[in-house]
Amino acid sequence: MWQYISGVISLGLIYVIATVGLAVFTGFTGLFSLGHAAFFAIGAYTAAILTYFYGYNFYLALALGAAAGGLVGFLIGYPTLKAKLRTDYFAIATLGFGEAIRVLLENLPITQGARGLPGIRAYTTLPVLVVCTGMVMMFAWNLIHSRHGRASIAIREDFVAAEMMGVNIFIGRLRSLVFSAACAGLAGGLFAHYYCFIQPSMFSSYMSTQMTAAVVAGGMGSISGPAIATLIFIGIPEALRVANIWRLVAYGLILVLIMIFRPQGLMGYKELNMDMIRGWGRRIRKAVGA
Amino acid sequence: MFVQTLLTGLAIGGIYALMAVGYSLVFSILNFSNFAYGSIIMLGAYISYFSMVKLGLPIGVAIVLSILGAALLCYLNERLAYSPLRKRRASSLFFMISAMGTAIFLENLVYAVVGAHFYAFPEVFTKSNLTYRGVSIGVLDVFAIAFSFTAIYALHFFLQKSRTGIAIRAASYDIQVCGLNGVNDKHLIGLVFCLAGGLAGISGTFLGMKYIVYPTMGWITNKAYIAAVIGGLGSLPGAVVGGILLGVTETFVSAYVSSVVRDVFSFSLLVLLLMVMPTGLFGRFLEEKV
Repeated sequence: MWQYISGVISLGLIYVIATVGLAVFTGFTGLFSLGHAAFFAIGAYTAAILTYFYGYNFYLALALGAAAGGLVGFLIGYPTLKAKLRTDYFAIATLGFGEAIRVLLENLPITQGARGLPGIRAYTTLPVLVVCTGMVMMFAWNLIHSRHGRASIAIREDFVAAEMMGVNIFIGRLRSLVFSAACAGLAGGLFAHYYCFIQPSMFSSYMSTQMTAAVVAGGMGSISGPAIATLIFIGIPEALRVANIWRLVAYGLILVLIMIFRPQGLMGYKELNMDMIRGWGRRIRKAVGA
Repeated sequence: MFVQTLLTGLAIGGIYALMAVGYSLVFSILNFSNFAYGSIIMLGAYISYFSMVKLGLPIGVAIVLSILGAALLCYLNERLAYSPLRKRRASSLFFMISAMGTAIFLENLVYAVVGAHFYAFPEVFTKSNLTYRGVSIGVLDVFAIAFSFTAIYALHFFLQKSRTGIAIRAASYDIQVCGLNGVNDKHLIGLVFCLAGGLAGISGTFLGMKYIVYPTMGWITNKAYIAAVIGGLGSLPGAVVGGILLGVTETFVSAYVSSVVRDVFSFSLLVLLLMVMPTGLFGRFLEEKV
């Protein structure tokens, strides 16, 4: 039983790492990446190939996987963000990018194509995941409370005004993208060494969708909101054992309903803190007392 | 070989152009990426497939049904998912998320209800080929070229000559001023979505006949977005040129290089073009409007 619970938690934490990265990007710059699974896949394959074929140390491989994700994020972000185009151009470029990466993975000799890489060592354990998640959360928290984070929020809210105040939009967006791609790469490396098997079809648009849904549902402009939403999205279907396919139908519906009724999402520009929990406690006590 | 490849490319390019025009039409009025459009095309293909196979209707009736059905779906999509946001004057980011949600919802609803089966259209004119001086072209391709170009020309005629067409063109410049001048913008937007849906029905039917009908036909419909970006978002002539360009170059790449790298190639084309001409070939919207 514990093994099962820890399995669900591990999977949840892997996705939390990737989603927190996406939250820093989408939630704080207002740009949409529709191909984030590609960064995840790049991290997973880089780390797995390094430990599998070249016998690299696991932690070094993880770091290199994250770096590879960040590097690819830079390469794709540079041309598409350079011209300060509408966000739609960027979203469509990432859509094509995600698919192109999947086609490449299916056809490169080193990735063994659609057969995938079986027999990767199971290095990812719950303590490793907890430490990684903590580090990523702390890094993200510091990043969004830095000068860069404030600039990002300004870009999201009104980029013309932000630019007038001297914020470099291109650098701000690119930095967020590289951070978020590196997070996805790290999560990918952990994923590969957790499942011990990866193949290109695992990193489909389904994965990108789940991350985006979690960021939107958790609240754009929050770090803890998307993290909580991810745990809910992973945990509830596991607990209820509902058919996998209806889960995606529900994601789609949730996105539309949130946009109509609660566009700020679960946490909406706020973070989970003690005051909020005390507030809930007070409200519950009131409801019980009354 | 060259002429034959060119003709096949034109047939695919014509369908891409149809899809890109429908998508660009909505973009030009409402200024957001209607990512639900791909799933409307997919549903259009299902409608014509089922009306041909289950109801035994002839192909002409099936196309008409598919046009009507897809137009209705597109209209409902607007009423349910976008118009509540429009009333609140939400930013285009929220529209885009809502569109993405609709796409995920519809695609997976088809998965869950109809199932992930692959359906092949009954062979109406796929088998036969026309041969002239060693160049042979499928009858389906001839029909696809004829139909898509007729539809595009009809739309062009409608937009140029009719009163409503003039209103639509005016709205693509500024919908608020257009409303001030006595155009009922609610009806106009509804009509634009119906038009886009009608195009989705035609292109879905031909896509389904050319390839196969299945829930994630979506990836082919993603080409519509890429074609529209190549041509410049929001520009209808751009969408036509972008679609044909994409279709023809893709066919040449599959014929002379390899069909595997086709999707990688179309993505690279997109990124290269964004670097050289950030607004696409005929783009109007360089930066986001203030």
